[in-house]
Amino acid sequence: MSLVLVLPIIIPMLSGVLTLLAFRSRIAQRAVSMAGSVALALAAVLLLAEVAEAGIRVDRIGNWPAPYGITLVADLFSAVMIVLTALIGAAVAFYSLVSIDQRRETFGYHPLFQFLIMGVCGAFLTGDLFNLYVWFEVMLMSSFVLMALGAERRQMEGAIKYVTLNLLSSALFLAALGLLYGTAGTLNMADLARKFATLTTPESQGLVTTLGMLFLVAFGIKAGLFPMFFWLPASYHTPPAAVSAVFSGLLTKVGVYALIRVFTLIFIHDAALVQTVLLVIAGLTMVTGVLGAVAQYDFRRLLSFHIVSQIGYALMGLGIGSALALGGAVYFIFHVSVSKAALFLVSGLTQRLHGTYDLKQLGGLYRSQPVLALLFLVPALSLAGLPPLSGFFAKLSLVRAGLEAGQYLSVAVALGVSLLTLFSMIKIWVEAFWKPLPETGVTVAVPIREWLPPLVLLAAVAIGLGLGAGPAFALASRAGAQLLDPAAYIAAVLPEVR
Amino acid sequence: MNSLILQTTTRYLMPLLLLFSIFLFGRGHNEPGGGFVAGLVAAAPFALYSIAYGAPAARRVLRLDPRGFIGLGLLLIVLAGLLGAGSGQPFLSGLWGYVPVPGLGAVDLGTPVLFDLGVYLGVFGVTLTIILAMEEAD
Repeated sequence: MSLVLVLPIIIPMLSGVLTLLAFRSRIAQRAVSMAGSVALALAAVLLLAEVAEAGIRVDRIGNWPAPYGITLVADLFSAVMIVLTALIGAAVAFYSLVSIDQRRETFGYHPLFQFLIMGVCGAFLTGDLFNLYVWFEVMLMSSFVLMALGAERRQMEGAIKYVTLNLLSSALFLAALGLLYGTAGTLNMADLARKFATLTTPESQGLVTTLGMLFLVAFGIKAGLFPMFFWLPASYHTPPAAVSAVFSGLLTKVGVYALIRVFTLIFIHDAALVQTVLLVIAGLTMVTGVLGAVAQYDFRRLLSFHIVSQIGYALMGLGIGSALALGGAVYFIFHVSVSKAALFLVSGLTQRLHGTYDLKQLGGLYRSQPVLALLFLVPALSLAGLPPLSGFFAKLSLVRAGLEAGQYLSVAVALGVSLLTLFSMIKIWVEAFWKPLPETGVTVAVPIREWLPPLVLLAAVAIGLGLGAGPAFALASRAGAQLLDPAAYIAAVLPEVR
Repeated sequence: MNSLILQTTTRYLMPLLLLFSIFLFGRGHNEPGGGFVAGLVAAAPFALYSIAYGAPAARRVLRLDPRGFIGLGLLLIVLAGLLGAGSGQPFLSGLWGYVPVPGLGAVDLGTPVLFDLGVYLGVFGVTLTIILAMEEAD
């Protein structure tokens, strides 16, 4: 049995352990963190290559047969998400070297970061709902401490909201798991899908749909869906920019991943009702998120509201539910995570240069830092959906899927929100880059050269995804088609059951 | 705190509690017990010591920083998993074999014992990290 499925979990775990053992030496911690990030990226690409070639890969941890033991399952969607995790993890780990202060580093920033990445990878790979809960907790524990690390007053305020709402969501998730286990007697995803495929009576279907809605609420809080998103813009702007970037790039996406997984594999019976609910929520999420963003004058709060708005697009893909839409959602999640993480990293750099995130106090960056301005424009325009950047193709596929399915209202909302997204990106551009620096603004002279490589990496991915949209989208479509075929997933995990 | 009674009892209790934690660890093989409780019980005497003599003294007795114990424990867990994977089976598969121990004959040992030892050290380290940090916060 090859280790290829376990490596994305073991590598960050080992990096975390080694940084923990080397807590006295900042240099050793940094070296381990770098090496671990690079190794994880290699392992992720290896996994994607293997899954793309050989189909769904399954690993039975501890040699316990499914559905009794815990299975790790990697289909294309999981593998793509692992690659995304490794990419954002590496970019942020490199950015952290220059941006995280010494105090945070000595208090365990690097081990926590690695354990966070481990939790995210585990959540993407597990084939068991209870195990998913455990990975959520691993991820949340690390994120709680990363959020509060440094103990600034603002951070504490954000952390309290973040922790409370996420604990509530975990409690709901756990309660839903208990009910589900009581109903089906298993929590293995493939086994659940198999058992629920043979439901006949309307009563039992109603029960399963109700359980599905419980999961929608639990995952919806984590993903930041309307009307449960308010913890997100209240907290994401408080920790250091590197932490905001990794949270925005990965944590809400785990919630979306979980939603897509359970609503394409397990709760697929009452499709008409579920898809209507999802589409309504998706539309409201898009609109409220972007309206919140337009009103903000804090760089990172504006971006935080955008995270919410963009989650709506991914959910719209799930709500439409065709192979094209799901493929579009996969492509969209990848694109938006990369662009959003890049924008948060840019915001951290502007803060370093001018000492504030307040857009009114910023200005003149186009003249003083033209490279930075370019590195802002690429992800910003990509997010707004301008060709030939990745966002254009992501939105194009979702809009096309919506038109094919006759969901004209959702398409109209998505297009309108796109326009507002462009508007708010232009607002940042005008305030921070174009207008002259206000007289009250301060400038700190710092060399920014070593801050740029992670930004260049992410911008390059945003451009590459757009220019190479053909092959990238072909892969995403295959992932979408795979999601629509639960039978293949079940056959891969439970080969002996027919 | 500076109480003669507490300081004296702590000195007598420490070896007893540590022995008891080793007993619990071994018993967990087939009966209630195991690495988790044993790690908690092993942390208790050091917590007592830090109350009786102060946190700096407890750190001196420990020699290694509690965070190091967490790292060591997790390292053992990964090692136990990789040993299983090294034999061509999935990650974390249990490997069993008879290991000759002088004086006891052949002992049935396996990678789960190593895993459990990792849990033991991890729980020990986490508990003491928290307790000592709180001792020092006052």
